[in-house]
Parts: sequence; C-alpha cells; structure tokens
Amino acid sequence: MAIIESGHAAKQLIYERLFKAVTLGAAILVLLILGGVAVSLIRGAWPALRHFGFEFVAREVWNPVTDEFGALAPIYGTVVTSLLAMLLAVPTGFGIALFLTELCPPALKRPIGVAVELLAAVPSIIFGIWGLFVLAPILQRTVQPWLIHHVGKLPGIGPLFKGPPYGIGILTASIVLAIMVLPFIAATMRDVFDTVPTMLKESGYGLGATTWEVIWHVVVPHSRVGMVGGVMLGLGRALGETMAVTFVIGNAHRISTSLLAPGTTISSSIANEFTEAVGDLYTSSLIALGLLLFIITFIVIAAAQAMLRRLERRAVGSP
Amino acid sequence: MKRGVSRRFRNALFLSLSVVATGLGLACLTAILWTLISHGLAGMSVKVFTQMTPAPGNEGGLLNAIYGSAVMTLLGISMGAPIGALAGTYLAEYGRGSRLSTVIRFINDVLLSAPSIIIGLFIYEIIVVRMGHFSALAGAVALAVIAIPVSLRTTEDMLNLVPRGLKDSSAALGAYPWRTVLSVVYPAARSGLVTGLLLAIARISGETAPLLFTALNNQFWSTDLNAPMANLPVVIFQFALSPYQDWQNLAWGGALIITASILVLSVSARLILALLQSNRGSNT
Repeated sequence: MAIIESGHAAKQLIYERLFKAVTLGAAILVLLILGGVAVSLIRGAWPALRHFGFEFVAREVWNPVTDEFGALAPIYGTVVTSLLAMLLAVPTGFGIALFLTELCPPALKRPIGVAVELLAAVPSIIFGIWGLFVLAPILQRTVQPWLIHHVGKLPGIGPLFKGPPYGIGILTASIVLAIMVLPFIAATMRDVFDTVPTMLKESGYGLGATTWEVIWHVVVPHSRVGMVGGVMLGLGRALGETMAVTFVIGNAHRISTSLLAPGTTISSSIANEFTEAVGDLYTSSLIALGLLLFIITFIVIAAAQAMLRRLERRAVGSP
Repeated sequence: MKRGVSRRFRNALFLSLSVVATGLGLACLTAILWTLISHGLAGMSVKVFTQMTPAPGNEGGLLNAIYGSAVMTLLGISMGAPIGALAGTYLAEYGRGSRLSTVIRFINDVLLSAPSIIIGLFIYEIIVVRMGHFSALAGAVALAVIAIPVSLRTTEDMLNLVPRGLKDSSAALGAYPWRTVLSVVYPAARSGLVTGLLLAIARISGETAPLLFTALNNQFWSTDLNAPMANLPVVIFQFALSPYQDWQNLAWGGALIITASILVLSVSARLILALLQSNRGSNT
C-alpha cells in the first residue's frame, strides 16, 4: 500500500479513525444514558426499598409525618387514568385515522393531517392548565352531577360515579390525558393505514364490499400489528405524562372506588412533592416511584417498538 | 334484500361515527387553542416582556423566565444536538446492519418516548445532589439529554435519504468516509438536518417536568448558570396553581408565548421539509 505511506494519506487515515471513534462514542453515549438512568434511580431508591421491602408496592399509606410510604395509590392512579384515557382516545383516534385515509375530501386531507400533527407538538403543560381552568369547572357543573344522579345509582357501575363533584380527579385527568394523546394516536394510525396497498382495498371493493367492510376486513387486519404498536406507544406516553395530569388529579394519596374522587399518579406525586420532600426516606420513596414508572414505561415502550419494527420489516420484505 | 339494507346501514353508521370522532377531536383541540389565545392575549402586555416575575398582588412580567428558558434551551440544544447528530451519523454511515447499531437504535427509540420526569430525576441524582444545589446548568443538561434521541433519530433518517450514488462517487475519488460525510453527505442533507434541529428545539422548549427539580425557579433576574434560574414552564406551573389572579393571567400569557414559539418552530421545520421534497421531486 504505497498510498498510505505518503504523509497526506496517513493523516487522512488518522482523521478517519478519529471521526469514526467520535461518532461511535456519541452512539455509545445513548446506551450509557439509559444505563445511567437505571443505575441512578436504583441507587436513589435503595434506602426506601431496603426500608420497606417489597411491601412498598403493596401499601396504600403515604404519610410524610410518620415516614410511612407505599406506592399502591400512585400505581393505581397511573394505571387507571392511562387505561381510561386509552379507552376514550383509541376509538376516537381510530375514527379520525379512518376519516383521514378513507373518507376525507383530498382538499381537506393535508390541512387536517397537519393540524393533528402540530397539535401533537403542543406542550403538555398547556393541556394541564386548560384542564384545570376550563374542563374541570364544566365537568363539575354539568357532567359530574348528571353522572352522580343517574349513573351513580345503578348497581354494578354505580359506585364508580359516587361522591361530591370535585371537578378535578381521576376522571378529569383521564379526559385531559385522552385529549393529549389523541393527535398522537390518530397520526400513528393514519400512517399505518396508509401502508395498506391500494390493490388490496380495490379488490375488496371489487367484490362488492361497502367502505366499512373494506376497512374492517381488509385495512384493520392488515394493519393490526402497527395499530397495536401505535396504541402502546400512546399508552407509554399516557403512563409517564406529568404536567397534563398534575394540574387536575387532586394529589390525594388514596384509592377511591369513585372515578370522580381526587387521586394521584406516580409522575404527579413526584412533580408535586419532590422539591418539598424533607428527609432521606421521603425523597428516596419518591425516587422509588420514579424507578417503578421507569420499569413500567420501559416494558410498554419496548413492546411497542418491537411491534412497530416487525411491521417495518414486513413492509420492506413485501414492497 | 334485508341483508343488503343492514350492510348499508352499518356502513353509514360507522362512517358517520368516524366523522363524529373527527369533529369531536377537532372541537376539543380548537377549544384548547381558543382558550389559550383568548386568555393568553388578555394576559399579554408590554410589561410581560420588560418586567420580572412579581410577588403576589404586584404588577410584573415574565422577562427573567423568558430569558431563562431561552438560555437553557439554547445551552441544552448546543450540547444535545451535536451528540445526537454524531451518533446518528455513526448509525447511518458506519454501523449499518451491525448488531450494536440495532441495539442503539432500539434504546434510542425507548429514550425518545421515556417520561421526561425520569430524565429530571436522573439529572437531579447525578448533578444536583453532587453540586449540592439546583442550577441552570443542571436544567440545560436535562434538556440536552431529552434532545439527544430526537436529534439522533432525525439525523439518521435524513442521512439515509442521501442517494447512495453520491457517497459512492466520493469514495471513488479516493475520499475516506469521514471526508465524504463532511463534504458530501452533510451538505446534501443540510435542510433535513436543520429540520431535525428545529424539531429538537421545539421538543425541549416546552418541557416542564425535567426542569422542576434541576433548574427549579428564581423570582429574580439571574444570569448565573450555577444558580437556580427562572424558566417559562415552571413559572407557568407555579403561577397557574396559585390563587392570585395576576399570577394566573401571567401563566396564560407565558403559555401562549411557549405554544406560539413551538408552533412557529414546527411549521418552519415542516416548510423546509416540504421544500426539500419538492426539490427532490423536480430533480428526478
């Protein structure tokens, strides 16, 4: 290799190695960040976990005065608000995606699509203050009294809608969360629906199927994996969402049967209490909550990514 | 016959439900933007941009918070974006198909959707606890950590759009990959990279949770990076939850400022990308 012997080429080779090393280092840093997050959370949570043991996740008590902490109420609040939000947002998002891909006049397709995507960029704190100042009063005056009077007396689901209309609480937080993840879910589903080959849909129409039948029997089965992936990604967002929830959840560390009662979630507990936490055990318990949230969201997001990846591979495999 | 009617009925029913869903979604989102604009404009005045955050009952503005947000966002993006861009370069140019890059890509996507409050706790543990106090620097690092995955993702996507033939031509002239990347690939992907940068800035400038226990807040004018610094999201959070009308008005004003800047950033990013695509379309 005579070329490398000349000084210029040797310098080039050094630059090449240097550049590659720098980019590799930056890429490895991503792994280190995730590792660092895990290690620092475990270290911070360790005093609380050692003190309370596994009971930490099974106890409802949360008492800074007596230094008794348990994560059950925040876990319950996180799971219930996220699931309720998905219950509201997934069918609506599905409807919007369907409208955008199958029904929308072409002239409106881009404007509505762009509006949906831009709204996904609105910071979550905006949804939070809107929930507190606009949505909560409306719910308190109209929807909640109606629910208490009519649904609250029914056997079975009645207890879910009992108690005074606070305005803020689990239900309000779920609605705000649903509105927040809605653009995201609608945009993901639309992208997934767009990957369905036109040929398949045309074949359905050719057999005399109605639009709905084509959607239900062709589009949905074809995009099942991607839809589930998108929904789980939305769920991951809902689980970890802090600001939209903190404003309207009420921050009460207890588990109520009623969805109208105030509650708390993992992220809103941390946001509300962390800077005011006095004492090592209190701080450590809040970090332990963070660790739990990290584990839960990691599992959900990883599963979602795995599904979306499978979809991508399939799309590459059959162009 | 009856079956045909019920099929058509079901078709009409579900399609109208889909229209209702779209209407409902758009109505909610219009309601939010409408409230934001009307309340925000009511809370807006010259004072918002010229005075400091006030004590309850006093008049004041958001100048220190706007300054703090700008400083921390710029500092965060100037740390996070280059790291993300370099890592994205590795994935697109060196690590194609390798196992390591598959893992990194996966972890990056997890970080991309990880709750930002977790990043706040992480930075609290490694910086705030060590230094013994809250600081603007810690806030900026937290924002940088959030910007890295965004920047990595867009960089990789944009570099992958650069035609293979361009890179091959450069290699055929005897250029090493680093030279190709710097002199051919980056310039070719310039507008895409700018788009990614704008999106990353938009992403971090509205973040509240990671700043709550890193930068904290500061009622006064401060340019000291080693001390707590005011910032719009945390000020909005505190003022909106306060019982004082003046503070709530300022919170709405701040919310409008943040949302408007983020929308401007996102729209510009989109325009650049649209221009890029139309250029590409006319070339081929």
